[in-house]
Amino acid sequence: MKQRRFGPLAIVTWLYVLWSLVPVLIAVRISFNSGKSRSAFQSTSFRWYWDDPASVWQDDALQTALNNTLKLAGLTMLIATPVGVAMAIGLQRWRGRVSRGANNLMLLPLVTPEIVVGVALFLVFSQIYTSVPRGFTTQLLGHITFTMSYVVIIVRGRLMSIGTHFEEAARDLGATRTQALRMVLLPQLGPAIFASLMVVFATSVDDFVISSFLSTGASTETVPIKIYASARAAATPSVNALATVMLVITLAAVGVAALVMRLLRRAGVGDGSGLSSMTGAEAAGR
Amino acid sequence: MADATTAAVTGGDATAPGGHRSGTAFWAALASPGSLLLVALFVVPAYAILAVAFGGIDPILRTTVPAWNPLDWDLERFGDVVSRVFGGDLTRVFLRTGIFAGLALVGCFVIGYPVAYYVARKAGRNRGLLLGLLVLPFWISYLMRMLAWVNLLQTDGFINRILGWLHLGSGNRNWLDGDWPTVVFGLVYGYIPFFILPLYAALERLDGRLIEASRDLGASSASTFLRVTLPLSIPGLMAASVIILLPMCGDYYTNTYLTGGSPRTEMVGNQIEFFLRGSSQPQAGASLVIILMAFLTIAMAYYLASVARSQRESAS
Repeated sequence: MKQRRFGPLAIVTWLYVLWSLVPVLIAVRISFNSGKSRSAFQSTSFRWYWDDPASVWQDDALQTALNNTLKLAGLTMLIATPVGVAMAIGLQRWRGRVSRGANNLMLLPLVTPEIVVGVALFLVFSQIYTSVPRGFTTQLLGHITFTMSYVVIIVRGRLMSIGTHFEEAARDLGATRTQALRMVLLPQLGPAIFASLMVVFATSVDDFVISSFLSTGASTETVPIKIYASARAAATPSVNALATVMLVITLAAVGVAALVMRLLRRAGVGDGSGLSSMTGAEAAGR
Repeated sequence: MADATTAAVTGGDATAPGGHRSGTAFWAALASPGSLLLVALFVVPAYAILAVAFGGIDPILRTTVPAWNPLDWDLERFGDVVSRVFGGDLTRVFLRTGIFAGLALVGCFVIGYPVAYYVARKAGRNRGLLLGLLVLPFWISYLMRMLAWVNLLQTDGFINRILGWLHLGSGNRNWLDGDWPTVVFGLVYGYIPFFILPLYAALERLDGRLIEASRDLGASSASTFLRVTLPLSIPGLMAASVIILLPMCGDYYTNTYLTGGSPRTEMVGNQIEFFLRGSSQPQAGASLVIILMAFLTIAMAYYLASVARSQRESAS
């Protein structure tokens, strides 16, 4: 089939790419406005980052939101990833009726609209688990629950491609089950674990619905909640600055994780299946 | 069968120094923290929705009393909400949600299909770069992407200025005043990356030899597309549609953010959020969640049935 260099399809595709990314770049540029306008470019300054009393650096509410978001994402990452990795290994190796049930159960949070999860958690924390301190703790538990499924999916994809022979070889050579797991399987899972950390972090940072349903007020607001609230309040470009800071942190985290994954792969551990299953898992979410 | 596996695993264990009693117990122990978490924070909460929706109201305090025992379930108040949905004041909200999600899906298809098709099959050496650019929005916060449009759509924003230069419209229209096209546009913009990626994966897996065969047998490129490529991509298309339809039907932040909370663009999610957080009517909110899930489950069942059917057809 003949291929034109710039046919209509190519034009549509590049226009789509521009349409999907340029607005965000404009929002970033507006965060460097020296004036209060959120709709036009003004001269460049860092006023909304640290000079102004309402800037990201000086405004207490914005600081709280940034801290909460990062603390939440960091802790979610550190808890959901190991629990998810263990669950993926356990479910992959343990064949039985219960594990099949758990496997199906694990998929449900991925296909349930977030508002349903939000309502369910809101009700359960107000009606049953009333001793759990409302606010940050409940938000953390909520984030762990809905990000864990991504970890299981990513790690399970990798486990399927690894197979069991390396582990069996280790066992035949006298390793205990724990040793085989720690010294043979876990290093092979390296790229998938990094992909999981990255996806969990980005998903938690991006979450609005669950954080918002479990928020108890100003002290438990996150960056997405702050951006959302800016629709009603008389907002300044400091909201753009806050969003930009978060964007830079997320992209940096993703970049570092991608770099580590690349190094691991060069060291001959992974084959990138972690990355490919990662994009799939992200797509399955929301 | 299960006994044989257990025996094989324990048999292997006997040779391992310091091994565990049983393989199954070891793997079950690994899977248990996650499974328990899911039961405690997904299954129990889901049940709580039922218990609250079918529960009662305290006669003195007017607070919700969840009915944890299914034998105590009282469908009276749930029935009230159902009748508000079918022929009552909530009918409009449900219809609007369906129409918005449907229009946004059409928008995603019209824009997303050519893009996914081009990147998967025609981009050549640009494919890696384009794929990276398609994934990039995943790492940008959803609300930041909406914030970008709030900036652009201000009365003195870039969109009005561009329209002014082109002499289209008055140039000072307030786009964020509760117009439905803005909401549908926002939904398309927000969800299209999640539509394109699964579709890309499906189109990329498509067997190129079938397309070549069709061309070799004399079909034009248009008829090859309509009679070979498009039918073969239907399973991927369905999956991509389900992936965005489920969250769109529960969305309440896109329309609120882009219209300042105008009642003219209110969706089911807004009502649910209002019942639970705006006013203290968790019973009505939980009932609405159940009704919404019932609609979505019917749609999902239809989707799964059609996937099974197409798999049977391709197998035969």
